[in-house]
Amino acid sequence: MIRVVLPAHLRLLANINGEVQLDLSPPVTPRRIVDEIERCYPALRGTIRDVQTQQRRAYVRFFACREDVSFADPDQPVAPPVAAGEEPFIILGAISGG
Amino acid sequence: MSSVRVLVGTRKGAFILSSDGKRQNWQVDGPYFGGWEIYHLKGSAVNPNRIYASQASEWFGQVMHRSDDGGKTWQTIGNEFVYRGEVGTHQWFDGSIKPWAFRRVWHVEPSPTDADTVFAGVEDAAIFRSTDGGQTWEELSGLRRHGTSADWHPGAGGLCLHTILLDPHHAQRMFVAISAVGAFRSEDGGESWKPINRGLKSDYIPDPEAEFGHCVHRIAMHPARPQVLFMQKHWDVLRSDDAGDHWYEISGNLPSDFGFVVAVHAHEPDTVYVVPIKSDSEHYPPEGKLRVYRSRTGGNEWEALSNGLPQQNCYVNVLRDAMAVDELDPCGVYFGTTGGQVYVSPDGGDHWQAIVHDLPAVLSVEVQTLP
Repeated sequence: MIRVVLPAHLRLLANINGEVQLDLSPPVTPRRIVDEIERCYPALRGTIRDVQTQQRRAYVRFFACREDVSFADPDQPVAPPVAAGEEPFIILGAISGG
Repeated sequence: MSSVRVLVGTRKGAFILSSDGKRQNWQVDGPYFGGWEIYHLKGSAVNPNRIYASQASEWFGQVMHRSDDGGKTWQTIGNEFVYRGEVGTHQWFDGSIKPWAFRRVWHVEPSPTDADTVFAGVEDAAIFRSTDGGQTWEELSGLRRHGTSADWHPGAGGLCLHTILLDPHHAQRMFVAISAVGAFRSEDGGESWKPINRGLKSDYIPDPEAEFGHCVHRIAMHPARPQVLFMQKHWDVLRSDDAGDHWYEISGNLPSDFGFVVAVHAHEPDTVYVVPIKSDSEHYPPEGKLRVYRSRTGGNEWEALSNGLPQQNCYVNVLRDAMAVDELDPCGVYFGTTGGQVYVSPDGGDHWQAIVHDLPAVLSVEVQTLP
């Protein structure tokens, strides 16, 4: 199972406790992860990426295995530990200072 | 016995304040959608238990909600606001050209005759309609395609369509207002639009009496007399007696005619309320005294209402969607502040009390009068 960590605001919106577990066959890519999240949790449609453009929202980042993969090709497979469920795919909202 | 339900949108969630018809003792429920910016909530007059809410965020975009049980539970509804046809462009602050881009829903306006029909005013300025309870939205693109729109440009708050008024006497007549653009009227249910800004004078635009470019902050009407409109502009309080064809100033003896809100008494079409703000650079009440001003003569002659409101060291603002009236007798008047207070006057403005003191900054206040 693919493990996904969502920001608190989105967990609240979709009534999710803890990590999300996704059953995805290979290849596991950022685009397919977000596709599956939106399928399983329709309330999150449009919150991680724009519905029309499919562009990741500017204040949302993707982390995997301690690397920022926000700007990686969304159709390239994620790191093997994420695909194996050993590490989570982290979707993060930008920190707001002040 | 009648009761009221006050719907409050704030920077960090929504709150529902409930009371019986005396409006002295209040139950506070919320926050709903805690941590999220709730621009506006409004209930259907046809089915008061149906409430629409706009939740917007710079981080996670636009989310729309609907409750069918008076706000106890909520479900997400459609959040796809797609401009119809060719997107087109408008001006940007620096004179460059920008394509229209959806950012957020500022205002939801349920139909007075059909609980499944609701309108949404959005940024970048456009009006959308849903006829299926908010599941899907379709732009009424005649407004955005108005011949002047390529020259519209945003104010500091964005190119937002923030006011939608539906004429209860003429089913096809609607009014909208857009910041830094002006007011428009449709006579065909939103298919086509006409600017209605004659009489507005704005010294901050090259031609102070231009057809558009005026920063209208809010328009209000009384449902029994919908051809009479009241406007709080960036500066100036104005009135029209012919559905917006002509406007004239009614600022009269106000201490400042800058402000954001304007509301009309539920039973007295010539009783109008505004909250003067010191200036466009100092968004707080003159002299640090929070005062609502009431005119019982349809404008020009204003009296300060301060009983129960802070009269020293008060530096809050009252935003454009944050004032409303109930339909009880005597009429209740409500407003919320950027300091997190929501005030009620159960007697038309003579006496005020804070329902809550310490909410997040209030963005919108709407009232439902329940049987």
